[in-house]
Amino acid sequence: MSLLETRDVRTDPLVRLENVSKTYGSGSNALLALDGVSLTVQKGEFVCLLGASGCGKSTLLSLVAGLDQISGGTLDIGGRKVSLMFQEAALFPWLSVRGNVELPLRLQGVSRPERRKRADELLDIVRLRGFGDKRPHELSGGMRQRVALARALAQNADILLMDEPFGALDAMTRDILHDELERIWREQRLTVLFVTHNVREAVRLGDRVILLSSRPGRVIEDYPITHERPRRIDSPEVSGQAGEITDRLRAEVARHAQ
Amino acid sequence: MPSKFPSARAGLEGVSGDSTAPVAEKVGVNPEAAEVAGLDALELQPKRDKGRLGKRVWRSTWPKVLAIAIVLLVWQITVWSEWKPIYVLPSPSTVFTDLGNVITTGDFWDGVRVTMTRAFTGFLLAVVIGTIIGALVSQFAPLRAAIGSLITGLQTMPSIMWFPLAILLFQLSESAILFVVVLGAAPSVANGLISGIDYVPRTWLRVGQVLGMRGVAKYRHLILPASLPSFISGLKQGWAFSWRSLMAGELLVIVPGALSIGVRMQQARDLSDSSLVICYIIVVLIIGILIDVLFNAADNALRRRWGLLSS
Repeated sequence: MSLLETRDVRTDPLVRLENVSKTYGSGSNALLALDGVSLTVQKGEFVCLLGASGCGKSTLLSLVAGLDQISGGTLDIGGRKVSLMFQEAALFPWLSVRGNVELPLRLQGVSRPERRKRADELLDIVRLRGFGDKRPHELSGGMRQRVALARALAQNADILLMDEPFGALDAMTRDILHDELERIWREQRLTVLFVTHNVREAVRLGDRVILLSSRPGRVIEDYPITHERPRRIDSPEVSGQAGEITDRLRAEVARHAQ
Repeated sequence: MPSKFPSARAGLEGVSGDSTAPVAEKVGVNPEAAEVAGLDALELQPKRDKGRLGKRVWRSTWPKVLAIAIVLLVWQITVWSEWKPIYVLPSPSTVFTDLGNVITTGDFWDGVRVTMTRAFTGFLLAVVIGTIIGALVSQFAPLRAAIGSLITGLQTMPSIMWFPLAILLFQLSESAILFVVVLGAAPSVANGLISGIDYVPRTWLRVGQVLGMRGVAKYRHLILPASLPSFISGLKQGWAFSWRSLMAGELLVIVPGALSIGVRMQQARDLSDSSLVICYIIVVLIIGILIDVLFNAADNALRRRWGLLSS
């Protein structure tokens, strides 16, 4: 880790996909989900994967997370650890909030006082100090997602994958969680690969927005987002660029009319 | 960064005063923290007052009291109508006087002890066997194909069918009763565990995968806790089957020297003492209800902890 940190950020890809394809099924029923996808994620980068339905963005995350096998091409994460957050917080109801955050540490064999200390630190980071003894069902959806984030951070992974993590939240909560995620990403120096179908969300959060086509998923555009942080989702710059990307996305969707 | 919601702090202060939720952190410091804490405070439902304990107990008690009163009334009216002679169908007052006399004898409690010892021994044995079988079946697909439906089939078998065989195998002994009690309860316990393991939500399994759970750790931290609610339903159902099997067993298999509740009931019938027979029916009913209450309490405690109950 320390070696990596001293290197130049831009020349240190944590995730490298080259010509990756993914096929489900075989023979005449085979479905090509991803076709020739190439992309890299640099250390410390926040990359958003954007696409309409059927672009295979969740498939791509599953591949990077190692939950699924690629059908062709090269996927290289250099044996690094990944953690993954879903749209549902998927906290375990038989554990307290703290117990959920401690679970990854427990699985790593961290001692009890050590993991308690670390869990409290993580709850502090997601601004949930004082909620450690609550049960997941006692929290709101936004709070549960923050617990899920704390649990993902507890894995101490090199790459954080997020699969539409705020998709089920109301707009106000989502706005505030964008600010929170941006802050935590900056403070904790995270590397994030974030999947969404919300264009503004992608522009609000990403250093880069990678636009995928649908059926099969291919990279059609890689937009660098250079607006100064912290950003606001309703700022003219974010809105303007989001509009541009939306036009491109709509054109792509219209292509599937026949 | 300018605060997007200048009133957020005021909102928080307004809410936190009457909210029971802990405040996430010191919010005086920065507006972003205040926004987050304010949203949390707004989204958490304030605890509702469920009313005084006495009132709640009364609310759940009066329907039961009324139901019992109606049963007793119908019984008394039947007696008054002289449908059967009074020595065949005694009145409630006779029965309850007899019941009062019976339960004050040490002899009766010896009978209860014999019966409950059998019930618990049989049930515990069934839990151990059922759990082992359930775990094996859920783990090995060929085993499931082989005996999966057999387990469900056994569950529907009336337990009284086993007694002739049990008596031939074990004669009139405790083992014969135990054999049938275990056969009655173990399939339910096994099925409870199997369906619990089968229906662990997919998202939890994915979380387990992402957290790198494998082998024993996966069972210890994910599969077993996740299947607990279904396992408890299995236990509850298993208890009901074992209790029924036991009562049938005590009437059929009279073990010399063991004056269980069933034996005493049989003796009362031999003496044509209907009142005493009804007394023992009431005793068996009450024991059944008490154990059911315990299982329900465990079930409810779990559901409340998991947030599956609204209150």
